Amino acid sequence: MSKHAPLGGSLVTRTTVIAAALFVLSLVLLAVRFLKGLGAVANINNGYPWGIWVAYDVVIGTAFACGGYAMALLVYILNKGKYHPLVRPALLASMFGYSLGGFSVIFDLGRYWNFWHIMTPGYANPNSVMFEVALCVACYCVVLWLEFTPAFAEKWGGPALKRRLNNVLFVFIALGCLLPTMHQSSLGTLLVVFGQLIHPLWQTRLLPLLFLLSALAMGFSIVIFEATLVTSAYKRPSEARILAFVTRYIVVLMSAYLLLRWGDLAYEGKLGLVFSSGGLSLMFWLENILFALPIVLMGPKANRVDERLQFLSAVSMLLGGGLYRIDAYLVAYGRPGWHYFPSVGELLVTLGIIALEVLAYIVFVKRLPVLHPVHASGETHAVERAPAALTTE
Amino acid sequence: MPFSRRNFLKGAAATGAAAAAAATVTVAPAEARENKTMPPKAVGLLYDSTLCIGCKACVVACREANDMPPEVQTADKLWDTPLDLSGHTLNVIKLYAEGTAMHKDQVKDGFAFVKKSCMHCVDPSCVSVCPVSAMRKDPETGIVSHHPEACIGCRYCVASCPFGVPHFQYDTPTPRIEKCQMCRHRQAVGQIPACAEVCPTGATLFGPVAGLKAEAERRHALPPGQSATFPRKTVDDLADGHTKAVGHYLPATYGEHEMGGTQMMLLSGVPFDKLGYPALSETSNASVSESLQHGIYKNMAAPVAVLAGLMYAAHKHTKHDGRDED
Repeated sequence: MSKHAPLGGSLVTRTTVIAAALFVLSLVLLAVRFLKGLGAVANINNGYPWGIWVAYDVVIGTAFACGGYAMALLVYILNKGKYHPLVRPALLASMFGYSLGGFSVIFDLGRYWNFWHIMTPGYANPNSVMFEVALCVACYCVVLWLEFTPAFAEKWGGPALKRRLNNVLFVFIALGCLLPTMHQSSLGTLLVVFGQLIHPLWQTRLLPLLFLLSALAMGFSIVIFEATLVTSAYKRPSEARILAFVTRYIVVLMSAYLLLRWGDLAYEGKLGLVFSSGGLSLMFWLENILFALPIVLMGPKANRVDERLQFLSAVSMLLGGGLYRIDAYLVAYGRPGWHYFPSVGELLVTLGIIALEVLAYIVFVKRLPVLHPVHASGETHAVERAPAALTTE
Repeated sequence: MPFSRRNFLKGAAATGAAAAAAATVTVAPAEARENKTMPPKAVGLLYDSTLCIGCKACVVACREANDMPPEVQTADKLWDTPLDLSGHTLNVIKLYAEGTAMHKDQVKDGFAFVKKSCMHCVDPSCVSVCPVSAMRKDPETGIVSHHPEACIGCRYCVASCPFGVPHFQYDTPTPRIEKCQMCRHRQAVGQIPACAEVCPTGATLFGPVAGLKAEAERRHALPPGQSATFPRKTVDDLADGHTKAVGHYLPATYGEHEMGGTQMMLLSGVPFDKLGYPALSETSNASVSESLQHGIYKNMAAPVAVLAGLMYAAHKHTKHDGRDED
């Protein structure tokens, strides 16, 4: 018997209907974009050629989709089996997050009909950080769907296919850990060439490392965020005890992040800018407070099993990571005389993409073996499996 | 694993070590690539703000030579009135004005003209960042050209240009990136760029970069106020030159060092930052970015090694639970 089972239940609920409606609305706006050009829907301009379709849909969207990456590292590379029940739902969210990030790229590209050039020898330019990001993200999308195939195999393929899959799965798991390491750091490297166009509080050669560390911490946070929501929405037993272990990885990663970021500012003699940059100083402090909050909250041992504090820490980390990316790509970027704020249409398209993600996630957990089943005792499978790890806490 | 202080510290130490290692890789100076160097037969433009009379003949000529539509802003739609570079304008003349704006080439109560078009960088960001090689730099002449048939419209070139030159068309479903290509189609048939061709005062001059630099130096050395001869169209065309009082030049040629040098250069009596030409480092942004990127991915050695380690670990940790695990 599989350790995973579909949740079942009706697919037509208030949530799914609203999500579907939002997605349809975004399709209408996208039709306008394809008929009349990017400017008909988006507020992007030649001073801010990248708007939220890049900064949110691609850069933040894929960082939010790092749950699968973070959990795969933990379970399969560091061999922490007790987190196993968290892997498949995390992979599922990653699969949608990345696939839709890739889809968003297509409608943001002005000359999308040429998109295949980016992987075509003769056109591809290895000096371009974007080339590396595009190649890695595309490969990772494929890898995520392959990593998830055991769920499809259980539903439709039978045990023979599943066994064959298991023999090669380690290759995809390894790729599934390497590729996000490469492109999540490259999403930081992408900004290095902007030089003085990005405020010195954000422009640093440590950008790749800062983006990678925060993306991983966002990956762990999204696992906590989703597990807490699923627990509450589907009235499942709390996973707070196992999530308590996940929180410490966020603490370690973000401690390293803050150390590096502040150390770099001190080394480069930029500490004064922390106070003297007006609105940007404010944004900088907001980011740092949001990053520090999980460390403060999850530092004391007693707090770590508190479901509400876990959730608060995860949300703080996700907001901090999101704000850091919005700041680096948009707020701290600029040329004199140009302004950008997303249009309603632009925001609705992004909202529609998020809605599609939520919708697909619900359909999958209800119809496919994603979550560990709840037993009569009220415990999920894995907690039974690894009592030693938990009782010694 | 018990959630103890010791384990926490172990984890923290490991993460710290990994971060430190990554940081070392990130800033390793051994991988640094220098600025690119000036191509052997580099051609360019020299714009002298003190000679410019703001007639905008170059703006019109550029539009005709490059087959760009007029940009109308007024209600009657009778004027071609480009306000700045755009997806439909490759060259503009702008005006600096302060106070009463009575005195040419003076900061206070003065005015000055300035040309805005592609700088044809020696080490261009747009060429470095373009993922599909739609921006190319000619290895001989150094002209930075754009190739729409390759372009995917990602606008990384627009976002990264330190001078704000490439512009994208947001008003059409089949947009293009547009920027000055130094009239390479005219040069191919022995003509010079249209802006230099029509300039009545020689404020915009075409020629080999070495010749343009020598001319800039000559002007810097001339005593202000005395009359001197200035070539028109091309830098060596003194026969067609005209005589005029020498302006009060600032002691710098913009583009000689900025971003590793550019093939369009400017002379002015008003500080360049007031004319929309910012102070920039001598190290090109492209070299910083490429040093970092290629430092991390040199010969793909690091990624391949990491992948091998990951595959070993993943194999070891999944092979025993093949029965019904994933």
